[in-house]
Amino acid sequence: MAHSTTMAGAHAATGVASAEQYNYEIIKKFAIMALIWGVLGMSVGTYIAAQLAFPFLNFDIAEISFGRFRPVHTTLVIFGFGGNALFATSYYVVQRTCQARLYSDSLATFTFWGWNISIALGVVTYMLGYTQGREYAEFVWPIDILIAVTWVVYFWVFLQTLLRRSQPHIYVANWFYMAFILATALLHIFNNLQVPVSLFSLESYSLFSGVQDAMTQWWYGHNAVGFFLTAAFLGMMYYFVPKQAGRPIYSYRLSIIHFWALVFLYMWVGAHHLHWTALPDWVSTLAATFSILLLLPSWGGMINGIMTLSGAWDKLRTDPIMLFLITALSFYGMSTFEGPMMSLKSVNALSHYTDWTVGHVHSGALGWVAMISFGSLYHLIPRLWNTKLYSLKLVYVHFFLATIGIVLYITAMWVAGIGQGLMLRAFDEYGNLAYTFVESVVFLHKPYVVRMIGGMFFVSGIVIMAYNIFMTITAARREAARAEAKIAAKMAGAAS
Amino acid sequence: MLDLWYWFTDMSNSKVVALLLFFSLYIGILIYLFGSKKRSKRLESYRLMPLDDDDEPANSDNGKKR
Repeated sequence: MAHSTTMAGAHAATGVASAEQYNYEIIKKFAIMALIWGVLGMSVGTYIAAQLAFPFLNFDIAEISFGRFRPVHTTLVIFGFGGNALFATSYYVVQRTCQARLYSDSLATFTFWGWNISIALGVVTYMLGYTQGREYAEFVWPIDILIAVTWVVYFWVFLQTLLRRSQPHIYVANWFYMAFILATALLHIFNNLQVPVSLFSLESYSLFSGVQDAMTQWWYGHNAVGFFLTAAFLGMMYYFVPKQAGRPIYSYRLSIIHFWALVFLYMWVGAHHLHWTALPDWVSTLAATFSILLLLPSWGGMINGIMTLSGAWDKLRTDPIMLFLITALSFYGMSTFEGPMMSLKSVNALSHYTDWTVGHVHSGALGWVAMISFGSLYHLIPRLWNTKLYSLKLVYVHFFLATIGIVLYITAMWVAGIGQGLMLRAFDEYGNLAYTFVESVVFLHKPYVVRMIGGMFFVSGIVIMAYNIFMTITAARREAARAEAKIAAKMAGAAS
Repeated sequence: MLDLWYWFTDMSNSKVVALLLFFSLYIGILIYLFGSKKRSKRLESYRLMPLDDDDEPANSDNGKKR
């Protein structure tokens, strides 16, 4: 008993000391905003999924129509939820593995406001109908500038923290985060080179034109997937999977091969989004070849993460956070198999411009990105507030809701996409199209309803998570207030 | 010698040059990682970095049912 009291006391002391040694306040802010944007973004996503199944849900209100809400959804989930989760975890991981406090509290705070104001402004402008019309880069040019400035500051804070490290080696998770920061800066700046219509106009023209413009956009688009949604979340994986498992990563040397192969290969694959277009055929073939090669580092990384549990698989029976992390890696493996397959020109001829692509994106976005973020945030938040989770049972409920939601979503989209692809290229005996376009739309109704239900499951899961985290933080604040009151009473007693 | 230089600078050979360059680099990384037992041991020791610091929260019962 005395031992456990001592241990608890030591842990509490460790938590308090960590909070003083490191900048946890900025991580708390980013973690909370990740959840707020996550709930909003996923709800909007489910609503637009419902609109596709039941178009009357547009209610003839332009601001909430699919065309305007779709970038609201993608911006909120990718940059709002994903981006804030990445800021939070990267600031945490770099401090803990370098054993150094984050460089400049004020610059870190600037990144918080710069990033979140950009997202809020993006949402408002999209709903008002202002967009650059570039997928995942719809922000109008003044917001692009704000994001670029914020991102350079983020790079500077991260770099300076690495330089202040008290460890001789930079842990591999930080390599992935740094690659993400550098690549995102490069992609964002080049893909957003715009000529504004006037200084006081939100409208602008792209600096590029024709097929070069399309190429630039998809060089950006796929590397947003490669570096923002993959490399960065692999950084998360390389820290939080070993931490939660209480075991080191399976192979450090494999993680080094994983890193260099992944960052080298990803940059070349964007053109697979433009098969069978005006793009030169050799560029298309090059992109498909590199996409197939990407399977190797992707699966190497997945195996490295999953094998970390080698000899401790029983943790999956008792630890729902581990379930999130390992399921995320399984979806990562699945979607990085599906992606190269879809990049083959012959498969792409069927899959492109259909809902199969949407299903593929969501098996990565929900299965990999969201699940690894949920697991990491469940690990991180009790440590930030030096407390325990309000309910592990709710974590289980969240896990099963999310998993059922993803399975419903992606299977519905496989049916929708493959069916749609087959219908759109079916010919009758005279060489005429066998189906009209509207027949393919009618066919899509049922899969769209199933996709909407899948989305509802997923949103219910994150709402439960938000409640669980809210209760965790509330309890932590109450505990802290009680402890402070006790100390104040003791001090008052000692003074009198 | 000069012929070799011309061959490398000829744009029509760029694909072969790129292949040679990047494949050699990749093999170089593999040799660096697996070529020396001492280096391998040092690299693998970095696996433990995340576990070096104790960040368990107060009253943590991580992984146990509630």
